[in-house]
This record gives sequence, structure tokens and C-alpha cells, in this order.
Amino acid sequence: MNALVQLLRQPRIAFGALVALALLMAALAAPWLSPHDPRDQDLFNAFAKPLWAGGDSAHLLGTDSLGRDLLSRLIHGARVALVVAFVAALLAGLLGTLLGLAAGYYGGKVDSAISRLVEIWMSFPSVLLCIVLAALLGAGLHTVVIAIVIIDWTRFCRVVRAEVLVQKSHDYVASAVTIGLRPARILWQEILPNVLPLLLTLLTLEMGIAIVVEAILSFVGLSSANVPTWGGIIQEGRLYVNQAWWLMAAPMLCIIVAVLGMNALGDGLRDALDPVKAR
Amino acid sequence: MSPLLQISDLRLRLESRPPAWLLRGVSLEVAPGQIAGLVGESGAGKTMVSRVVLGIVPANARVTGGSVLFNGHDITHLNEAARRHLLGREIAYIPQNPMTALNPVERIEPQITDVLRMHLGLDRVRARARALELLHDVHLREPERLLRRYPHELSGGMRQRVLIAIAFACRPKLVIADEPTTALDVTVQKQVLRLLRELQSHSGTTILFITHDLGVVAKLCDHVHVMHGGRVLESAPAAQLFASPAQEYTRALIAATPRFDRPGELLRPIPVALTLRLAEDARVLDASEAGKRG
Repeated sequence: MNALVQLLRQPRIAFGALVALALLMAALAAPWLSPHDPRDQDLFNAFAKPLWAGGDSAHLLGTDSLGRDLLSRLIHGARVALVVAFVAALLAGLLGTLLGLAAGYYGGKVDSAISRLVEIWMSFPSVLLCIVLAALLGAGLHTVVIAIVIIDWTRFCRVVRAEVLVQKSHDYVASAVTIGLRPARILWQEILPNVLPLLLTLLTLEMGIAIVVEAILSFVGLSSANVPTWGGIIQEGRLYVNQAWWLMAAPMLCIIVAVLGMNALGDGLRDALDPVKAR
Repeated sequence: MSPLLQISDLRLRLESRPPAWLLRGVSLEVAPGQIAGLVGESGAGKTMVSRVVLGIVPANARVTGGSVLFNGHDITHLNEAARRHLLGREIAYIPQNPMTALNPVERIEPQITDVLRMHLGLDRVRARARALELLHDVHLREPERLLRRYPHELSGGMRQRVLIAIAFACRPKLVIADEPTTALDVTVQKQVLRLLRELQSHSGTTILFITHDLGVVAKLCDHVHVMHGGRVLESAPAAQLFASPAQEYTRALIAATPRFDRPGELLRPIPVALTLRLAEDARVLDASEAGKRG
């Protein structure tokens, strides 16, 4: 508990945690938090002005071209963004970590094979990969998640491999070998817990990246059309930017704040969990 | 009595370019119940000998000849499963630096009980009881509290005691101690040495003690092997070695030891001519070895 309070004293971590908490709240309680159903159309009330520009309090941020409540759509968009970011980052982390652990610990041919795979993988343009994927799987949220996992597992793999190499050179790993522990157990019980702080940082940063990728993919229409997404809202609002600039500005602000928050949290955690920098 | 550990003509080569010999035909015997000292300068190959016995040679080094017999069995090229069976139970290891040899994110309890549960098949409760006993044996106070601590909460001396407890946990036949006192300050060194001697006299465990400190050897060891350049230059009982060293190098090494009882005296380094001669010997050895291989 004390450690948590200490972490939250750092402004970056506090800001990041606040953003993450707000996102989480929005994601969990979207149906109750949003004043309207995000899909309810009201064509007589299209392009209602937001409250500060003289609109009424029924639609705090106004409505879009079909009369749908912008605030409700943003809140539901946060839900999609967070779920995609979380699931994608977690899966990418899982895949990358497993391969990174194997490469770092076993070395030799295993390491060469995995490292070459990572290098080949990273030489592919990621946008191209996404388009190929979308063509294969069709548009939808699952495509977005799979695309992020497939593009970004290499990030985890490389960092985890490097960290395992560092940890492996420490005496406690040699000690574990000399009491006769199996390699799998040494990896799981001795090395993994020491890599965990780094993984936590990477996961947070990856969530920020995943939010941006999700926005890009939904902007170009590779995401689901049934649920409101931030990228989708921007794309729709783009057409009416002369009449109602806030339709585009509000989701952009959401993305910026969300990504800033995640990065701040990740950077803060990285520094706080690094014993050298913490001193 | 047949030796517990018998190393004969052990050769270890670093497969670099050009290849380098780490061990040039090391032979030594350790009798059961003995504390044997392995002495030499940095780079003499002391640690490599212990690593071959433990089977944890660096990835790019290869044993090219000779053998290691433990208790009459050849363990030079043991497969991994058989070696895991041996390590921790029959042969234990006390590492050099207690500051990094314990897992920093694990409490002390699992680090001690792991070896007990794995090799002796004890359950959680009995392993814990035995761990408390072991901590008592290495004279650590409040063992119950200690089990719940993390390594960073312990001093260097306490950590080395924990590591000694882990090494002696399964009553191994052989304990290899690789400079266990080097990273500690002098007063703690003395306590740790006394503890090792005490444990050894209770359990009858054989200890291979690796060090560059002749003072420690004189206090602790029964038998001494002097290494230089990947060779054993002289093996003798400790008393005899210090009273009448046979080799010029041993004499130089003893003379080089700083003496607190003769303050103001200049240090006497190993003579350069001797080092050069030994290097030349090694070169001739390597050349003849290369010739044999064609």
C-alpha cells in the first residue's frame, strides 16, 4: 500500500493512472454514463450545437449529422478503444514474451531462429500487413486486435530477450542451475519475476500505441461499423468540419489524452521500477 | 582411501578465434572429508575447474580431454537430467558474490526450501522446519522472520550464510566454494570461514575451497593445489606447502602475501622473469598439443 502511494506521488504516474481510471470507468459503465443510446438517430435535431456554443443541456457536446449524441458516442468509443488496447497489448505481450524468454534463455540456434524471424517480421511495412489481414479476415474488431498483435509482438520479444540475457548473467541463475532446477522452472520462477516490472511498463506503452492503431484502422473503415469508435467518429466528422468542427475535434482530443496518459504512466513506471533511476 | 573427486588431465578450450586453452591438463585429487584449497592468481583457471565439475562451463568452451571422477563415477560428460540429479544433492556450490546469488524478487523461504522439496521430496511444512534448522546451524538469529524476508533486506554476511545453508541443505558429499569470502569485509570473512570449518567438522562434507588468499588457505585447508596458467603447479598438504614449497612459483606466491605483522615492508610481486618463463612453458605445451592434433 505504501509503495502504491509513493508511485501515485509522481505527477506522471498520477496523471496516467487518472486517465486509465477514467477510460476504465467509461468502458465499464458506458450504458449508464452516456445520456443517450449512441445509435439513436434524431434527424430533426442533427448538428445540434454543444453546450458552450448555445446548445441545450440534453446534448452536452451536440449531435452529429444523423442527430446522434456525440458524448454518448465518445463514451462508447472509449469502451472499444480500451478493450481493443487491453486485449491486443496483452496478447502481443504474451506471444512476444514467450518467444523472447525462449530466445534469451536457450540462446544458440533457438535464439538465432527467433531473432531472424523478428528481423524479417519488422522489415514488413505494418500498414501493408493490416490491409492484407483485413482482406483475409474482413473488417471488424477482431481484425484490429489480430493486426495489432501481429505487428507488435516483436517489440516485446526483443526487449524481453535482451532483459533475459541480462538476468541470465546474474549469479542467482547460476545458483539455480547448481541446485539442479530444470530450465523451464528457472525461466518461470527465477527469471520471469525479474522481467515483470519491465513487462508492465511495456504493456502500458503498448496500450497507448494500440489506441492509436485502433483509431487509424477504424478511420479507414477496417474496424466494426456497428459500434462507435473514435476513429470512426473522426472519419464521419471530417465531412462536416466546416459546419461542426467539434465532431472531429472531440474524438481527437480523446485519443490524444488517452495516449498521453498511457505514455505518461508507462514512462513513470519505467523510471520508478528501474532501481538505478529510482535512486 | 579412494578420492571423492579425481580430476585427471582435464583440458578445456575456449572456441574463440584463435582458440585459447583455459585448462591445460589439470590433475588433482580430493580425499573424502578434506578441505582442499585451490589457489592461484586471477585467470589461473580455478573457477573453470569448479565449473567443469558442476557442468556449467561457458557456452563457447569445450572439454577436449581428461576426465572428472566423482565418487568413482565419470561425470565429465553427464547428460542434463543426470546432472540435475547430482547437483544440489551430491555436489553443492557456494557462489562468489552473495549480493547477486539470491533471486532479488523471491523471499528467502522458497529459495531454501526449493532444493529440499526437489531433492529430498519434503512437503511444505517439513521443508520449512528443515529450513529453520539449517538457518539455526549457520547461526542466523530469528530464522522465522528471516524466511519471510527478501534478499535486499539482508546484509552480505547474512546472505552468504543463507547460501551456505542452501549448499549444505541436502547433506552433499562435496561442496565447492568459489571465493565465498572475497566480497565480504574482513571481520565477516573470519566468521564465515569459522562457520564453514564448523559445518565441515559436523557433517564430514568434503570442501573444495577456491581462493586467491593464501592467508585463508593456511587457516582453513588440509591440502593445497596451486594453479597457474590453467595448470596445477604444486599439490601438497597445507603444512608442508607453507613450510617447504617445492616450486619457485609457490615460493613467489607466498612471498607476495602482504604481512600485517611486518608493517612498512615493501610488497614483493611475482618476478616478471618467472611469469615469462611460465608463459613460455604454456606456449610450448600448447604447441605440442596443437602438433598432436595435426
